Amino acid sequence: MGHTTSEKIIAAHLVDGEGNAGSGDPVEVWPGDLVEVAVDVVLSNDITAPIAIREFEKLGAEGTPVNVFDPDRVVMVADHFAPNKDIKSAEQCRTMREFAQAQGLTHHFDVGRMGIEHVLLPEQGLVLPSDLVVGADSHTCTYGALGAFATGMGSTDIAVAMATGRVWLRVPETMRVVYHGPLQPWVGGKDLILYTIGQIGVSGARYQAIEFAGPTVDTLSMDGRFTMANMAIEAGAKAGLFAVDDATEAYLDGRASRPYHGHTIDVRAYQPDDDAKYAQIVEVDASAIEPQVAFPHLPENAVPVSEAAEQDVQIDQVIIGSCTNGRLEDLRVAAGILRGQQVPPGVRCIVIPGTQQIYLDALREGLVEAFIVAGAVVSTPTCGPCLGGHMGVLAAGERAVSTTNRNFRGRMGHPESEVYLAGPAVAAASAVAGKIVHPGDIT
Amino acid sequence: MHTGGNTWTYGDNVDTDVIIPARYLNVSTPEELAQHCMEDMDARFAGDVQPGDIIVAGENFGCGSSREHAPLAIKGAGISCVVARSFARIFYRNAINVGLPILECPALVEETEMGDRLTVDLRAGTITNARTGRTYQTSPFPTFIMEIVAAGGLVPYTRAKMDQ
Repeated sequence: MGHTTSEKIIAAHLVDGEGNAGSGDPVEVWPGDLVEVAVDVVLSNDITAPIAIREFEKLGAEGTPVNVFDPDRVVMVADHFAPNKDIKSAEQCRTMREFAQAQGLTHHFDVGRMGIEHVLLPEQGLVLPSDLVVGADSHTCTYGALGAFATGMGSTDIAVAMATGRVWLRVPETMRVVYHGPLQPWVGGKDLILYTIGQIGVSGARYQAIEFAGPTVDTLSMDGRFTMANMAIEAGAKAGLFAVDDATEAYLDGRASRPYHGHTIDVRAYQPDDDAKYAQIVEVDASAIEPQVAFPHLPENAVPVSEAAEQDVQIDQVIIGSCTNGRLEDLRVAAGILRGQQVPPGVRCIVIPGTQQIYLDALREGLVEAFIVAGAVVSTPTCGPCLGGHMGVLAAGERAVSTTNRNFRGRMGHPESEVYLAGPAVAAASAVAGKIVHPGDIT
Repeated sequence: MHTGGNTWTYGDNVDTDVIIPARYLNVSTPEELAQHCMEDMDARFAGDVQPGDIIVAGENFGCGSSREHAPLAIKGAGISCVVARSFARIFYRNAINVGLPILECPALVEETEMGDRLTVDLRAGTITNARTGRTYQTSPFPTFIMEIVAAGGLVPYTRAKMDQ
């Protein structure tokens, strides 16, 4: 029987009985196997690193400090409550900064260089196809868009991974989701993934790796793929992977931070076998999908935007940004709708480019001017409002349309506030209308 | 390992934002986090929970963010075990790694009500409900997972192995 991409990547990273990684002889793994693997990148941020560092330091014997297994492979990003939201957040960023300096980490990103981690790491070429990546953040699955097996874990797992370069994990089953047909106008990766989560539910892919496939995703841009892989966790998945193709190769060209074999040579080895065994294969008619809106308080509450519009949902705030939709393509879509329009008084539209480079590109393309002239605001990169931290928190009774990834109760602020998840087109159009509308009704 | 206490029952999809809201993620000790545990879902919990009490919940407990602050808050509040129909995977790992015992037992969840008194035998994987008088069997953990929980979490477990 053949193997899925995740099974192949995990097998290639196995630590053998002698403690050696990738010891040469082909080994197979099967779903359910409990294995120890060597990791390529270990990631944490300003809210998860403090606990990881505290636990890391407990690994050392009295008087014998612990060092990270490889200072080139332990990445830390100050993105959640940075620029510092309050004194305690400043202390957390400082803890991370001091650790990075003491350990000589090559990739510690602080205000000025930092971006939202899952937008930043791909941009910096820090994750490559067939990598095995663990991060103390649930949206680490984003790197699956590059054909990596990337999964979120907690701070203690990451502490041990920082020290040893290894984690234990259970080999997941794989769900394959195959998308067919051309996309309707205004439909992008966010709509596809919201629709999918609406179909299978927030635990529909629990413990599974998702393979996103089909002719529709073959034509999806990298930005669109990052969006979809980002929300694999919202269906309960362990990882969400795309095949490596010309688009991936073009993205990595000149960007990859370390050598990797070109896709024509090695990636064929990681493509799923024709006789790979899947837990489920889901076929999706992408051509029938409208822009989606996920109603409070679960990402699975996805409905077509025309249905949402009929309910006349008045809104107070729009967020365009995050690790889900803070990339240049998302900003271009939003600016294309906001240009020449006005955000009405009473609506706060907050745009957050995912990295400094994206902000710069948006500036140079005139997108920032379009946002500001329209009455929207543009922030430095931060996770900020996505998790109710800062830069756009909601009061009781307030409603936001957001290009972020979660709308649990209290996610963006007061427990009596509401978050409606959508892509950048619906978000921008709704900012202009002051209520949820189909983008076609604005343009 | 035996444990027991009164139950706090909740439904499906109890997410980690509701277990410990992000506005409290600028602190990280179990004691501080415990003060705000379950605050947005059950305002009574943090003040009324007693050491040894047990959370009983539905499907997909602990879904959402990977924040280890969630099992830390629950453990810091004195909860001795979480029994659910099913767990989200990151929460499952995190609970084991911080030494918070967890069990999947749909049959028990079906028959348990708020305030019931339960006793748990982790090694045997059994839970007894004093009100119904029934004992429920779950699949016990694989040995190395049991060792991690018994050691108090992944770090003490790893440290012990490194010292060998």
